[in-house]
Amino acid sequence: MAHDSTATHQHESNTKRIWQVFAILSVVTIVEVILGIVRPGFLTETSLVGMHLLNWIFIILTLYKAYYIAWAFMHMEHETKGLRRAVVWTGIFLAIYLIFILLTEGDYIYEVYKNGYIAWDF
Amino acid sequence: MDATVVRTGTEGKTWGGGNQPLGASYGKLMMWFFILSDALTFTGFLSAYGFSRFKFMDSWPIADEVFNHFPFLHGVDAPMYYVALMTFILIFSSVTMVLAVDAGHQMKQGKVTTYMFLTIIGGLIFLGSQAWEWSNFISGEYGALKTKGDKILQFVDGEGHRVALKDIAVMHESELTTHTGNTGIWFESGSTVSEYSLESIKEGFAKNENLFIRTLDFDEEGGEKKILSREESQSWLDNNAIGVVEGANLTENEYGPPLFADFFFFITGFHGFHVFSGVIINIIIFFNVILGTYERRGSYEMVEKVGLYWHFVDLVWVFVFTFFYLV
Repeated sequence: MAHDSTATHQHESNTKRIWQVFAILSVVTIVEVILGIVRPGFLTETSLVGMHLLNWIFIILTLYKAYYIAWAFMHMEHETKGLRRAVVWTGIFLAIYLIFILLTEGDYIYEVYKNGYIAWDF
Repeated sequence: MDATVVRTGTEGKTWGGGNQPLGASYGKLMMWFFILSDALTFTGFLSAYGFSRFKFMDSWPIADEVFNHFPFLHGVDAPMYYVALMTFILIFSSVTMVLAVDAGHQMKQGKVTTYMFLTIIGGLIFLGSQAWEWSNFISGEYGALKTKGDKILQFVDGEGHRVALKDIAVMHESELTTHTGNTGIWFESGSTVSEYSLESIKEGFAKNENLFIRTLDFDEEGGEKKILSREESQSWLDNNAIGVVEGANLTENEYGPPLFADFFFFITGFHGFHVFSGVIINIIIFFNVILGTYERRGSYEMVEKVGLYWHFVDLVWVFVFTFFYLV
């Protein structure tokens, strides 16, 4: 399971998997670009938890791509559980925390600009 | 005279010492934790971008309208094609990198050399593309007016197509000139004066009935920017406009809130700096591969470590691409 990088250990080639992942990443990117150019009306008009459905699709596809880059290209799938969790969980937890507080605060300031008694656009 | 040996009673256990509990060498572990901390830096940048965007939700520029250039296609509206191409180049250089790592596991020096070389080329093309993107962004395309409240006013014709300042301005001889060292005694520095003055724009606007002002605010449906009527346009022009903005810098930009340009420069710049250092490190490792250093060492782990860094750069770009160009 663990990646042993001593010369005595001969690895079998993973090229097939690499090209598969490349195909997945390419297809997802093409889908993203097409959606970004067309911007289908029904996706930009429906809103889910404060964001357009289209934006949610973009974010989910991005995480999907990030998963493949980290797991296949960076060999996360071959690392031990301990290393994987130490890196991935720490990052994801802190990122979610930071995004949550900053976006909440940003939205609050937006409301103040919009509904406050001071005109900001003079 | 016994040597002082402290026994912990954990010998032979996973964390008892003397082995690699995480199954990775010291160098690889440290690369991972460096990547984690670097990822958090980028998280900070991107969430700060999100913060500012939420703050100016109603007046943020639409990326499709800002980044719509493609080399050799002048005047063609090509939203996102170029940045999609850049993304492909970076993903592909990631593929060649992982192929180099794979070849390294099998101790194939020739293959590692080829793939490392392709990776470096990919990185250089990406850097060049980013420079081109920056230069387009800095020089701007249409130009706009700025108001007292730091808003941007853009010009459109009856069909809603953007109109450039140079097609509006009525030019007179000897209006404003840029102040340079040879025209003043105490001159130290001065800013470049735009070719078009506010007066020349106002004059041109009065002449052409088919011109309207587009504000940064979204219309009721939220999908497009609001276009003012002729009368409203005139009143904004007379009462609020204070100057001409062409292109983008750190204090103002013709696309929208100054923060948009600041974040663009900062985030893509910081990412570009990572790509640049990645290319440099790749070149160093590339020469080590050619010289046979890793062949003698019996392991290509160094290629693996630099590979981790290179994939991380690609990983960050995936997020920058989404949050700057798509969302």
